Amino acid sequence: MTSLRAVIEKLGLESVSSFSFSDRTVTGGYASDLLSCTMKGAGENYIWVTLQSHLNVVAVASLANLAGVIITEGNRPDQETITRAEKEGVILMVTSKTTFAIVGELASLGVRGESPIPESP
Amino acid sequence: MLRPFLTDLHIHTVLSGCAEVEMIPPLILQQAKKLGLSLIGITDHNACHNVEAMIEASVGTGIHVLPGMELQSKEEVHLLCLFDTLPQCQRWQEKVLKKLPALDNKEEAFGSQFVVDSTGQWVRTEGRLLAASVDIPLEDVIAEVRSLGGMVIPAHVDRPSFSLISNLGLIPESLDVQALEVTPRFTPATGLKKWPQLKAWCLIVNGDAHRLQEIQNRTLFKIAAPVIREIALALKGERGRRILVDWS
Repeated sequence: MTSLRAVIEKLGLESVSSFSFSDRTVTGGYASDLLSCTMKGAGENYIWVTLQSHLNVVAVASLANLAGVIITEGNRPDQETITRAEKEGVILMVTSKTTFAIVGELASLGVRGESPIPESP
Repeated sequence: MLRPFLTDLHIHTVLSGCAEVEMIPPLILQQAKKLGLSLIGITDHNACHNVEAMIEASVGTGIHVLPGMELQSKEEVHLLCLFDTLPQCQRWQEKVLKKLPALDNKEEAFGSQFVVDSTGQWVRTEGRLLAASVDIPLEDVIAEVRSLGGMVIPAHVDRPSFSLISNLGLIPESLDVQALEVTPRFTPATGLKKWPQLKAWCLIVNGDAHRLQEIQNRTLFKIAAPVIREIALALKGERGRRILVDWS
């Protein structure tokens, strides 16, 4: 368990959310640019790493109750997406780093990527 | 007076690297005729270089050709962009080429991209990689195509890749299109159970044909003329215009 605040500080992320979320914790991580996969593969309170910045990123993060979304490679959500994120309480962070680099840094912070879906026998 | 137009609005030609060499104007039209089609859309990846040849070849066949392309948006979502006229489509092409990464095609990996004449003869080989993502967001594609007089239909939404549902998880609430395309494999019985969101949408079946055998004749438009305005009315079910899809 890592605090989202610590992730933002250690990875040098820029948060685009204006609301307070000091108590949010990260229980795991997931990376994909296919939002349909994130809906299945990311668990509650996971941090999601993607280069997609479409409005639907907020919808998916909200549905899955994710800890936050790191949008990589310099992609920035537009104002409509930011407004929706504020409304839904979804924490969006941006970075110019690649998804690969961010996932590596998350792993070194101890964030694990166990699938929340039980493996089929 | 309304007339029936049996359609496939998503057909590739040899300009698409992944299409078979048989996808040349005379053979596409021959197959379309055999299937009873009277309205087809020519939609290569991010490009319309073979549309003029297709239109020329279609003269006298009774088959109307809509200029178009299958655009790959910034989100890697495939979108059919259809127009009434070639100049409209070419104006869109100019914008698309400015936002398409300038990469060379690797024929051994992506296949050859041929520009042909109306008889199917080779004219030139396109050297720029066409099947890449165009750096325009989905919503901007829809708005810009419409401002040029065209129409966007999200392609193969039931496919596990390059589709609205796979890439964006769900259909954006405010998506400003009239219909969604599903693949010939889609059946309402299983598809609507898997994606309940689709119940609210007008669905059409196209072949996304990369070979002649894949061209479909499952979607019938009852419209006054084979033009975008009429197609839009049919997709909305307005002014008596409608569509009939053969789900069998």
